Amino acid sequence: MAKADLMDFDKALELFEPVLGFEVHVELNTRTKMFSSAPNPANNEFHDAEPNTLLTPVCLGLPGSLPVVNEQAVRYSISFGLALGCQIASSSRFARKNYFYPDLSKNYQISQYDEPIAFDGSVEVELASGRTVTVGIERAHMEEDAGKLTHVGGATGRIQGAEYSLVDYNRAGVPLVEVVTKMITGAEHDAPELAKAYVAAIRDIVLALGISEARMERGNLRCDANVSLSPRGSGKLGTRTETKNVNSLRSVERAVRYEIQRQAAILHRGGTITQETRHWHEDTGTTSPGRPKSDSDDYRYFPEPDLLPVEPSAELIEQLRAALPEAPAVHRRRLKEAWGFTDLEFQDVANAGLLVELEETVAAGAAPAQARKWWTGEISRLANASSVDPASLVSPANVAALVALIEAGEITDRIAREVLEGVIAGEGTPAEVVEKRGLKVVSDDTLLIAAIDEALAAQPDVLEKIRDGKVQAAGAVIGAVMKAMKGQADAARVRELVLERANA
Amino acid sequence: MSAHELISATASVLADRLARGEVSSVEVTQAHLDRIAAVDGELHAFLHVSAEALEAAAAVDRDRAGGAAMSPLAGVPVAIKDILCTYDMPSTAGSRILEGWVPPYDATVVKRLREARLVPLGKTNLDEFAMGSSTEFSAYGPTLNPWDLERIPGGSGGGSAAAVSAFEAPLALGSDTGGSIRQPAAVTGSVGMKPTYGGVSRYGAIALASSLDQVGPVTRSVLDAALLHDVIGGHDPHDSTSLTDAWPSFADAARAGAREGALKGVKVGVIKQLSGEGFQAGVRGRFAEALALMEAAGAELVEVSAPHFEYAIDAYYLILPAEASSNLAKFDSVRFGLRVNPPGGGTVEDVMAATRGAGLGPEVKRRIILGTYALSAGYYDAYYGSAQKVRTLIQRDFADAFAEVDVLVSPAAPTTAFKFGEKIDDPLAMYLNDVATIPANLAGVPGIGLPMGLAPEDGLPTGIQFMAPVREDARLYRVGAALEALLESSWGGPILRQSPMHPEAESNAISTKKGGD
Repeated sequence: MAKADLMDFDKALELFEPVLGFEVHVELNTRTKMFSSAPNPANNEFHDAEPNTLLTPVCLGLPGSLPVVNEQAVRYSISFGLALGCQIASSSRFARKNYFYPDLSKNYQISQYDEPIAFDGSVEVELASGRTVTVGIERAHMEEDAGKLTHVGGATGRIQGAEYSLVDYNRAGVPLVEVVTKMITGAEHDAPELAKAYVAAIRDIVLALGISEARMERGNLRCDANVSLSPRGSGKLGTRTETKNVNSLRSVERAVRYEIQRQAAILHRGGTITQETRHWHEDTGTTSPGRPKSDSDDYRYFPEPDLLPVEPSAELIEQLRAALPEAPAVHRRRLKEAWGFTDLEFQDVANAGLLVELEETVAAGAAPAQARKWWTGEISRLANASSVDPASLVSPANVAALVALIEAGEITDRIAREVLEGVIAGEGTPAEVVEKRGLKVVSDDTLLIAAIDEALAAQPDVLEKIRDGKVQAAGAVIGAVMKAMKGQADAARVRELVLERANA
Repeated sequence: MSAHELISATASVLADRLARGEVSSVEVTQAHLDRIAAVDGELHAFLHVSAEALEAAAAVDRDRAGGAAMSPLAGVPVAIKDILCTYDMPSTAGSRILEGWVPPYDATVVKRLREARLVPLGKTNLDEFAMGSSTEFSAYGPTLNPWDLERIPGGSGGGSAAAVSAFEAPLALGSDTGGSIRQPAAVTGSVGMKPTYGGVSRYGAIALASSLDQVGPVTRSVLDAALLHDVIGGHDPHDSTSLTDAWPSFADAARAGAREGALKGVKVGVIKQLSGEGFQAGVRGRFAEALALMEAAGAELVEVSAPHFEYAIDAYYLILPAEASSNLAKFDSVRFGLRVNPPGGGTVEDVMAATRGAGLGPEVKRRIILGTYALSAGYYDAYYGSAQKVRTLIQRDFADAFAEVDVLVSPAAPTTAFKFGEKIDDPLAMYLNDVATIPANLAGVPGIGLPMGLAPEDGLPTGIQFMAPVREDARLYRVGAALEALLESSWGGPILRQSPMHPEAESNAISTKKGGD
């Protein structure tokens, strides 16, 4: 739908109540896959492997091969379930979801169906306004990821129009936990923001647990957003669409907003919503129809006969419960205090989804105020400009290194921006960029004094003015010196030297 | 030993001679390869004969001469059902869709054979994906019954049973989902054991129905089956359904059973539902004689009722197709096996459909369709769900029976071998062949089949089956070996001595036929 045909968001909310639901897939970062000993590409160590190199007969579904459950993945799933406030099933079971697709090596996916490992929990989600929304968790279940298809020969990279498709089975069998929310009502105007904040909350939880790399741009964390509209006062639920694989926090927010505006426009002019999956297009900020989806999709589920039920002992569950890290909400309160931020300052960081980055930056040695300044300032600006998440641009370690260079007086704030650009461009660590680009601050006084003398020679009256008390006259000389030094001088030091000269 | 002696000896005899250095593995292996070359052109028990058997045998001889410690069956040749993956031989499951496919790995049982230094002779024929009771559904043509070449050798493991009973191999591996080891054994006069579910690894056994499949030995004596079971059994971390039990020596159990008095006080339950109606007269007669022999040897016969066994076939033909429809979905041409491009090209879905259309046979398609239907939304509870309930009831029947008796007994198959073509167009009649064997698979209990004599009306072998509680496989070897000893002394030797294909037989079925050309 063209942007112009969308209904105004506020008007849409006047007429309809948005109802949301999310399915978030989290790839666990265990060393091996869900059902085989093949290295897991969702683990940092293996993520850039060549296609089809992380394979065993199990990943390829070769005849005779059998799955074996990864015990670590089960532990991670239990911890995750506990962190979501869920009950942990004393016995849960895998099932086969049968459908033919070339990225699915066995033509069935091993997934939990009617007996998930974790169920009935909730997550507290904080919004920018300070409003807290409790999102109910229906279930969290374990399953395996499918391989990855690359469609070659078409203009769009999609299957339509492609000449052929390549299959990479590295991802086949990566351990996944799918978290399904209960129906979310009452979000109202906050619906798009809640969507983003919910996914960020899930991300914070898995990062705190250390069970996933949670890099959305790598697909470690993927969100399917269900949106439907209920006409106000009707008490009736609308038909939902499921926007698949929205792969950044920002996009989740935009996609939900778009769907609300699109559906409202259609319903308002008497149309009907088709129950379907939809694709999110990052470039245009729109969704388009995927495949029709009905509740009667027949996957012929049946209990996976190759696996025994998963029956964690009560001791194991309690042991994992005791080992849970601080809940992100509690953690946040503690951080705010430790960092000495005002409510506004802290909310700024939290709303930007940058708490983890900030925390890691501080842990790497940066002062909290400095870390906040860079993440919510320059880095966010650059991220916005290119429509990506700030976290995908630069690592906390590099931000801390950048701050350290400034504190040490090796670069100025202004130069630091250029250094940051270099780091983002992949030129190396801040120190390496400074070195390569020759950006180090000129801290040799003799060089600075020579430049000052040269500037004074061109503006002989400046010293006189300073001595007469017009200190601001020094500005002209400082400017000239900074220009001569191509900005790589500490302006404060130059000022000191100019004043010294005047008072000599 | 003469070539005739080498191929007619049991594995345990060969093992002793090999251990004493009286014969080499190369000699034993060569004798069997010669036998295969002589008879298999007609019999068609093998789909593939190993080119490396003699080399493997020579390595065993070399190591033995060098003083290396050897396992009991080292140097003894073995045939492998072609449903098991072998990294050095094609593994086709009897299907066109896997023609020429060589897996990059060995099934765990095959790996264990090699580690115990047995010598793989080749891969044996079967009904496609082990679906059938006659080998008539093999994509590569049927195997003939060595007792009568116009008749079926049983199925699905007709190749392994024929290979063993025609003296092409002293040992073979089979797989049993509803009787594919025991029914062929019954109709060829050989011994076949389906172990407790989980007792032998399924890793590398191309799956038919995962909750029913079990790999086991096919041999010419109960002791040989036990010796082979000792090699292949035990926990395998690659198979999640594999039991972690420490198993006793089955060979010791078989030896103990062969000693006098082993049946004294053993309570043998005769299953009411599996001894009368629908069983051929000669089968019933030999069964009664076997029971009488056991009773005379001190066994206590008790009639037991298993009221839900009558639903076993119905439940089985829902559970098996359901699991098979999913297990066989992987044969789609994308990663391995046959690929058929439809005329004019098409989408990947078109290629999958064309490949499966051309690569899978009629019985396989029948069961995939049945299973897909049974699992479909709206039918699941009525079909798959009900079948699982029947399964539970059958398990209860077994539990009730085993509360009273030590082992259960029945004929292994309702009839002797039928003629080719007789039941090929009547799936229901074909399915009834497994009426006696299916309950053990549904309950996961072990079952052993052994010869109980020739039916007077057609002179063809009949088989008897014992079943024991889960994990009590050793009990079956003890009781089986005891009855075997009684029967053989009544026959004056093994039943296969009477086979027209026995090497010492005056009229060898195949050579006679050839002579007549």
